[in-house]
Amino acid sequence: MRSFAYRRAADRTEALSIAGAEQARYLGGGTNLVDLMRQNIEAPAALVDVSRLPAAIEDTPNGGLIIGAAVRNSVVAAHPAVRTHYPMLSRAILAGASAQIRNMATVGGNILQRTRCAYFYDSAGSRCNKREPGVGCDAIDGFNRYHAIFGGSEHCIATHPSDMCVALAALGATVHLAGPGGERSVPLLDFHRLPGDHPEIETALRPGELITEIELTPSAAATNSTYRKVRDRSSYAFALVSVAAGLQLVAGKIEDVRIAVGGVAARPWRAARTEQILRGQAPGRERFLEAADAELAGARTFDGNAFKVELVKRTIAAVLSELAGVDA
Amino acid sequence: MAIVINGTAYPVPDDPRVSLLDLLRERLDLTGTKLGCNQGGCGACTVIVDGARVLSCLTLAVQADGCAVRTIEGLQANDGQLHPLQQAFIEHDGFQCGYCTPGQICSAVAMIDELRRGDPSYVTTDLTRGPNGATRQEIRERMSGNLCRCGAHNGIVNAIEEMLDGAAA
Repeated sequence: MRSFAYRRAADRTEALSIAGAEQARYLGGGTNLVDLMRQNIEAPAALVDVSRLPAAIEDTPNGGLIIGAAVRNSVVAAHPAVRTHYPMLSRAILAGASAQIRNMATVGGNILQRTRCAYFYDSAGSRCNKREPGVGCDAIDGFNRYHAIFGGSEHCIATHPSDMCVALAALGATVHLAGPGGERSVPLLDFHRLPGDHPEIETALRPGELITEIELTPSAAATNSTYRKVRDRSSYAFALVSVAAGLQLVAGKIEDVRIAVGGVAARPWRAARTEQILRGQAPGRERFLEAADAELAGARTFDGNAFKVELVKRTIAAVLSELAGVDA
Repeated sequence: MAIVINGTAYPVPDDPRVSLLDLLRERLDLTGTKLGCNQGGCGACTVIVDGARVLSCLTLAVQADGCAVRTIEGLQANDGQLHPLQQAFIEHDGFQCGYCTPGQICSAVAMIDELRRGDPSYVTTDLTRGPNGATRQEIRERMSGNLCRCGAHNGIVNAIEEMLDGAAA
């Protein structure tokens, strides 16, 4: 690991002023960044530790929740309001990593974690446009079982590894930011960028900007929601695919439905086409499969990941069937 | 600037690159905590910081400034008697080579607190009601962050079950 300066910020103002003065990275729990620094994939000149910034989960005036960026993942998952009104978020967090890592990881750091593409990590032996722009991508013709089927480009087919973000995408969460230019907010769905010609640019963050909170708005679909993760072993593994979904039925018809898919793109993939088809319809497994199919028409697969098309389709149908109380 | 480890205060290292794991093993000779993968994949380095189980390999020592750290060396009683979970691991053959054992035991000690507090897990059926009790399924899911290459998992789960049964009685 290359040497770096370490500063601990007591509050947001101090964090922003330190980060502005040095070429710094913000440090949350360190579960991803410290590892990347040890591999020399990241080598910041300075770390600004924001893990001890004030961190709370509070009610908003419209009945929602605002969650501080420094709140630990395990605290969010166990919070009574999250368990009751946003169960897909609790379950998504609990599906990720291990208890030890969830105790360390912060909300802000979870959003900003980088891909687990093996070629991105293999700095000694592989080409990766995300790590070294312009050199090429060894995943496209390589071992791509874990890679994207949506939104990839000829330069990168890496996926975003977060479970939490998949639930946040389905919930339509808002990310609050503070930076040298002031405060602003970005929908989580727009926060992560697709690779295009610049896979090294992964988020909408501007230089020096810090994630300060995420905000959730309440809905009946958020309350009747869940998360299912399909992986190569039953726990402590990254997703092959995952589905976060919420469903509201009124008089036997689908009033509201929210679906996001994980493990398939450089950002959580909102299944907007599926949602659109299902609104106003009666629930049923065949209808769920057909609606999922419409989304998957846009998939592009590679040698190692063509199975994901059928897996996503069936997982969406299974999760919606569970939420609707119909036979899967 | 100090880290309290098993009740004793130690200075925080000057170099921020030093992990909590390296501080324990290389500088303080507390070699009970084990170095496994050094990248957050195995759980061998698990210690308890301010009551929460964490991975010491991914914790910069400087981040533990002002915190209370408990390692395997800090679990036994003052008279040297083993922690009941250490004893249960022996009785249930919760290990073969023993390399993952300190991490398994530190992880399980903190996990039992999480269960008692009612924290849910991925296998919890009803999030609003809390854990499905101290079932083997709940224990296995909650211990999935600690790998054992000898395959002693059944003995590990048995030892934890006994600990939970004993505590409930």
